Amino acid sequence: MNYNWNWNIFFQPNPMGTGTYLDMLLSGLALTIKTALLAWIIALVFGSIIGVLRTLPSRAASWIGFAYVEFFRNMPLLVQLFLWFFVLPELLPRAAGLWLKQLPNAPFWTAAIGVGLFMSARVAVQLAAGVSSLPRGQKQAATALGLTTVQSYRYVLLPMAYRIILPPLTSEFLNTIKNTAVAITIGLLELTGQARAMQEFSFQVFEAFTAATVMYLLINIVVVTAMRFLERWVAISGYISGK
Amino acid sequence: MIEISHVDKWYGPNFQALKDCTTSVAKGEVVVVCGPSGSGKSTLIKCVNALEPIQGGEIILDGIKVNDPKTNLPKLRSRVGMVFQHFELFPHLKIIDNLCLAQEKVLNRSHDKAVEKGKALLERVGLTVHANKYPAELSGGQQQRVAIARALAMDPIAMLFDEPTSALDPEMISEVLDVMVDLARDGMTMMVVTHEMGFARKVAHRVIFMDQGEIVEDANKDDFFGKPRSERAQKFLSKILSH
Repeated sequence: MNYNWNWNIFFQPNPMGTGTYLDMLLSGLALTIKTALLAWIIALVFGSIIGVLRTLPSRAASWIGFAYVEFFRNMPLLVQLFLWFFVLPELLPRAAGLWLKQLPNAPFWTAAIGVGLFMSARVAVQLAAGVSSLPRGQKQAATALGLTTVQSYRYVLLPMAYRIILPPLTSEFLNTIKNTAVAITIGLLELTGQARAMQEFSFQVFEAFTAATVMYLLINIVVVTAMRFLERWVAISGYISGK
Repeated sequence: MIEISHVDKWYGPNFQALKDCTTSVAKGEVVVVCGPSGSGKSTLIKCVNALEPIQGGEIILDGIKVNDPKTNLPKLRSRVGMVFQHFELFPHLKIIDNLCLAQEKVLNRSHDKAVEKGKALLERVGLTVHANKYPAELSGGQQQRVAIARALAMDPIAMLFDEPTSALDPEMISEVLDVMVDLARDGMTMMVVTHEMGFARKVAHRVIFMDQGEIVEDANKDDFFGKPRSERAQKFLSKILSH
């Protein structure tokens, strides 16, 4: 292979006049983090609501939960992103579609919401599993004390369910970060997008993607470490993996 | 205080858990419910505060019809204490917070007042030193005493006990029964599902014997232990009293 390695490429100016190639990658990293955080918040909020619906005795509630989860988890993420970005504006009335297409930062919002909703289905399934794994008597005890259903979930069931599903939630958080790379297809210049751009300008493909790989690795290590701390912080004395 | 008349309860279309059950518990009365497993005793007691819905008949608690859709069930339940076989303390809350949660959220007591009440009750069950521990750090007998204190913190007009000592090691049973005997002697209205015939002999006014979802025998304590009328109850008694 006749490849001209050049690790100094990161410190050379990029052709866009926004500083060095490293600056380019770092701006991609920042966008990846922003997109992933917003997506994760959406995933947690919607996932929690749908997850709770799936555990309620009401048939209508569990049907809504079931339909939501099956819709979002059975379609490839890439297809979902295309649907939101290219198809949805065409389906709306002309004015609304036009407004949507002209939104500033449309790729960013689409990616965050698209990845967020996709991940929310997975969070929902795990939260529902966490709630169902609690002894049946917990709900009964809360109910017998006079707590309403909302209060039982808020003060009794969810605090335990979230603790139980923290380890799998860590994986879902990591997946959320990695899944934002799909946004390159709708023109979002996040980390993968910037690495590709760097490769196209400089032809240093290995350096570009090595740097991107290292950056992904670093954010994920930070997340894993933070979640370990969180797990230890909320651990209950004497209970399962208590401190 | 508790009027149960002609109650039918079905689990699914094929299994009738309660068949035309009629009985009552007067104010200040202690009624023990016994019978072989699967006879419906736990189901019956859970119907009293509507943890389980009934399909026929009616239950009236302190003049309020339990199985009326217009009844404010959380409010009604908050006035009846319930103690479960597996304690069902909330594992993520300290003992004192287990006692305060429903006082604050259901009865809207101030935190200080709730803590004061909680501490007084912990003293009554002899667990003051454990107030700041978590449930998993206590023995089974201690947890069950906390559970009784938690129910009493709501100032209940009656207490329901669902096999409160069945999940306990033998040497812990007496500490829980002692608390219950004290409670009975203080004039609390109690409905107790238990196999502890010693407890029944000591404090019960009446004993109900159930088999296959039916109330077979509903007699004064002395009549029941003297000579039960039904052959089924005689057989049951001879089995559990012979050891």
